[in-house]
Amino acid sequence: MADLKQTPLHGLHTRLGAKMVPFAGWDMPVQYPLGVMKEHLQTRAAAGLFDVSHMGQVILRPRSGKIEDAALALERLVPVDILGLKEGRQRYAMFTNDEGGILDDLMVANRGDHLFLVVNAARAEADIAHLKAHLSDACEVEVIADRALIALQGPAAESVLDAIAHGAATMKFMDVGIFHVGDAELWVSRSGYTGEDGYEISVPADKAIGFAGVLLARPEVEAIGLGARDSLRLEAGLCLYGSDIDEGTSPVEAGLVWAIQKARRAGGAREGGFPGAERILAELADGPARVRVGLLPEGRAPMRGETLLFASEKATDPIGHVTSGGFGPSVERPIAMGYVAADHAATGTALWGEVRGKRLPVTVADMPFQPNTYKR
Amino acid sequence: MKYTEEHEWLRVDGDLIVVGITEHAATQLGDIVFVELPETETKVAKGDEVVVIESVKAASDILAPLDGEVVEINEKLVDSPALVNEDPTGEAWFFKLKVDDLSVMDDLMDEDAYKALIE
Repeated sequence: MADLKQTPLHGLHTRLGAKMVPFAGWDMPVQYPLGVMKEHLQTRAAAGLFDVSHMGQVILRPRSGKIEDAALALERLVPVDILGLKEGRQRYAMFTNDEGGILDDLMVANRGDHLFLVVNAARAEADIAHLKAHLSDACEVEVIADRALIALQGPAAESVLDAIAHGAATMKFMDVGIFHVGDAELWVSRSGYTGEDGYEISVPADKAIGFAGVLLARPEVEAIGLGARDSLRLEAGLCLYGSDIDEGTSPVEAGLVWAIQKARRAGGAREGGFPGAERILAELADGPARVRVGLLPEGRAPMRGETLLFASEKATDPIGHVTSGGFGPSVERPIAMGYVAADHAATGTALWGEVRGKRLPVTVADMPFQPNTYKR
Repeated sequence: MKYTEEHEWLRVDGDLIVVGITEHAATQLGDIVFVELPETETKVAKGDEVVVIESVKAASDILAPLDGEVVEINEKLVDSPALVNEDPTGEAWFFKLKVDDLSVMDDLMDEDAYKALIE
């Protein structure tokens, strides 16, 4: 096995008895002694602390000193309105390729004089090269390698963080801000990837274990591994890059149309101008051939990724496939998402999934499976 | 009780052999959310996939530890898969196997040998 990278919190994970697994080149905790099920329920009931330091943190600094120039430069790579993103706010975005597929999904924050990006671990290296190749004329691309990233998620996250970083409770969903705690500067956003209210907190690497320790000392907080992170985001209907979205899926097929603001659509102030605009704008106008949908398997058998979906029990040709699936601990049943042909995508459509050679009934369902609790 | 390298335990009950998975296996698999049992009166050969169990994380197969016939299954597991984590060596047995000759048990690992395997 190639050398795995370790996050600044690695020592904490091993001390807590985590089971470590390789993930996107990093040695990461998949679960702690609590186990995936209890970790999941803990996050929905109180608060969970997640090490997401493997994700890439990048600053785009406009060479002109004007944030508008960085925003317009980034708009060359994403079908998202970055110019309209106000200072202190964050937005979901995706890098598209020339075919209209998704190179990665990311968060973009406007922090006054620069943009702050958080990208997926597995794609970080490629994203940074992509940014440098296309934006270097307008921006300095600064890779932040000396900071950990900690997510604190769940109904108790607000009171726990506010007790340490006073004022965090007044933030709204997708607000970003800087807090000083002791001699550490925290970059905080009110966001996450669990469907719960909560925060993502960028903290200097050498302060990360101490900071995580302060949070974990609170009785409401437990450390949560990647296993529960996956079941939480699945219940929340959120895409996992590499499973539910990739270079072959367009944002329209993926149901991420909400992330493409008016300014970038046909007739908008800055229509198109991003890679794959032709396909994406055409799909916005005419509808895509296939779409990502929620799926509720009948019975107890989970339908995992790659399960083929059929329109009837006997049909020979699949009309789609599952991209993520498993058991939802909060909804207490198997749940899945996947792509189906547009004419089989209506909520309530009865389909069949082939599991171990058997066709099992599954119904197209609305997402999220578990309502989100964002503080808007 | 006897053990296999596939982390199953086997216990003689009258003229039948009761089969389940060890505590070590249950812990490794994590929270079990789904169990699919074979039909009774299924003839199985050693190494056949007879039971499917799924944890929150992934699906795994339980292999037939011996040649024989499945004569009884533990239906309780279908409705309460979590029993496998709670009481793997007791209430959460999977199936009972009828074999030609109970002496096949003699070739399996005893508890000391199994403990040495998982250490």
